[in-house]
Amino acid sequence: MAIPLSYWLIVSAALFSIGMYGALSRKNAIGILMGIELILNAVNINLVAFWRYIAPNDVSGQIFAIIVITVAAAEAAVGLALVIAVVRRRHSAIVEELDLLKQ
Amino acid sequence: MSFDPSQFPFMEIAFWVMTVLALGGGIGVVASKNLFHSALFLIVSLFGVSGYYVLLSAGFLAVVQVMVYAGAIAVLILFAIMFSRRPMEKVSQANHQWWLALLMAVLLFAVLVGIVGLVDWPTDGGPEPAAAATTVQQLGVAFLGSYLIPFMVVSILLSVALIGAIMLAREKLEAEEMN
Amino acid sequence: MQVIIDFLVSLNIPYVTEGVARFIVLLVFAGVVAVAAPAGLIILTWLERKIIARIQDRLGPNRAGPFGWLQAFADMIKMFTKEDITPANADRASYNIAPGLAVFSSIMVFAVIPFAPGFAGTYMNVGLLYIIAIGGLGSIAILMAGWSSNNKYSLLGAFRAVAMLLTYEVPMVMALVIVAIATGSMSLVAVTEAQGSMWYVVSMPLVFLIFFLSGVAEVGRSPFDLIEAESEIIAGFHTEYSGIKFGLFMIAEYVHMFALSFFAAVLFFGGWQIPFINVATLPFPIGSILGFLSLIVKVFFFVFVMMWLRGTLPRFRIDQLLDFGWKFLVPLTLVLLIASAFVVRLFSPGSSTGIPVAPGPLSGLGTAGEIIALLITNLVIAVLTMVMVASAARRSRNQALRAVSGVEPMPAGQPGK
Repeated sequence: MAIPLSYWLIVSAALFSIGMYGALSRKNAIGILMGIELILNAVNINLVAFWRYIAPNDVSGQIFAIIVITVAAAEAAVGLALVIAVVRRRHSAIVEELDLLKQ
Repeated sequence: MSFDPSQFPFMEIAFWVMTVLALGGGIGVVASKNLFHSALFLIVSLFGVSGYYVLLSAGFLAVVQVMVYAGAIAVLILFAIMFSRRPMEKVSQANHQWWLALLMAVLLFAVLVGIVGLVDWPTDGGPEPAAAATTVQQLGVAFLGSYLIPFMVVSILLSVALIGAIMLAREKLEAEEMN
Repeated sequence: MQVIIDFLVSLNIPYVTEGVARFIVLLVFAGVVAVAAPAGLIILTWLERKIIARIQDRLGPNRAGPFGWLQAFADMIKMFTKEDITPANADRASYNIAPGLAVFSSIMVFAVIPFAPGFAGTYMNVGLLYIIAIGGLGSIAILMAGWSSNNKYSLLGAFRAVAMLLTYEVPMVMALVIVAIATGSMSLVAVTEAQGSMWYVVSMPLVFLIFFLSGVAEVGRSPFDLIEAESEIIAGFHTEYSGIKFGLFMIAEYVHMFALSFFAAVLFFGGWQIPFINVATLPFPIGSILGFLSLIVKVFFFVFVMMWLRGTLPRFRIDQLLDFGWKFLVPLTLVLLIASAFVVRLFSPGSSTGIPVAPGPLSGLGTAGEIIALLITNLVIAVLTMVMVASAARRSRNQALRAVSGVEPMPAGQPGK
């Protein structure tokens, strides 16, 4: 018995929801970034599952997924550099405390 | 009792193991009180997703996922955590609107599952992809052929991100500090 | 291995079908490799202490057993019986998992190495990428160990170690990509078989040097061993580990060194190929045993070279290391990558199966032409690099001389009067 496509889509939806909960409910900026990484992974699972079940001989699905991974890497790098710079100035990475432009 | 290896549900067992890793890791990321542990759970979840790619016959993508995500982005996140806090701090990581976020997440999941249930998806394994040896070749030809422009744009994006991250995170020199 | 599987199936044991026989053979093979890799540790530690001792003009261990063979066992017994101390306020889960993860990442790479014609753990067609991916897990183990020890020295040691590992991963990966371009496939088995005509060390010596240097830096051996520089930072990231957990880190380091020797042998020195003999066509036991022996000889040669380097060269500083990695190795490897890709394309015979590729313009000269062209490219780039580095060094030396003493430096090549 093979795995039906709907199982993959449900798993991807679950990971997306978990990631969204993480992105909306964490205090620390790095925690929010980790939630966003989970969301991007969920999207990738979706893409690759559709590639495999609908059009496995056309490589565009994997190309889309590779580009998503690359963009996620670039965004994580810049986001974490920002967090480090902010921590160096404000000594805190808690987003609720970073609500004024100048202190 | 006969044991026939061709009927043994290897794929199903592997799928459920990877699901435990991916979703369990995900829940660990968002529920853990210790930020360092959240990052480690993220690595577990990334391995689960990489296992998914293997099950979906995307071997190259699985290895790239481990190499880029678990080997580089996870290290980056760990570095940022270590630079930005004192060790061994255990404080609740949820902000004051976590219950609303939980409600929204559950609602979103219900909506998505409902949509998935509406459509008659293929239940078999899908058509077999071409032999995996040609996938890497196909990727290479596609990246330098029909998808050349995204490839170039992503290269420029990576260079810009590299330079930007270095500029943002470096220590300011004394002369700049004075201004 | 197919020969062994067919033999097992032909015995007609009940319930043993092809699939079950394959599973049993693979399980035994995995067990042998997983035990032999740390068991090689025993030989390696003895070898290391004896060789370094002789280089330093002393004898090395010669009390425990004849020629000190049992020294490693004595060390093991000592390590097992040491008290297992966990620092206060340490993060228990990460503290305990980190040594296991380090050993895991070192041993798992043996799954893709071809030990003899027909004997490889798995025939992945992305074997080279798999090596890099699993090797990257070692950095995570180091960070976990450094952070969870609740000790500032450990944390600093972990930062320096991971900075160095990430730096030298880049030239190593690019050297592997050059090998993949020259072979046309990322599978280690294909790389070994493609060296039947000529080993890659002959056609790409500069790439081999870069790979070996970066590999020695990745493993953390001298002269790049500031990870565990005993005289500087206590013991770096494994300061707070004692007893068998420290033993696991030692196992991880030595197995990693062993694995690097295997890679150098397989990727550049032909793996199980023997010059002038076609090992793959010999009948089953003779061909496999000869191939395996030739691989072991090459591996121990590299192990000896690494120990030789350790006994001879002083240690680099962290800033010298990072400068050397980013400012010298990375540009050099990039130039080599472009040049090699160009040469390989010029000489490629083209293929009509799979994705059709037109043959390159110089493909008439065949494999010999490609080998000679790659060799010439490597040598030209090496000579140009040395000339540029020498002139840059001379310029900076003259600058320093002028600044310090006001003396005009003499042009190069003239003896003093």
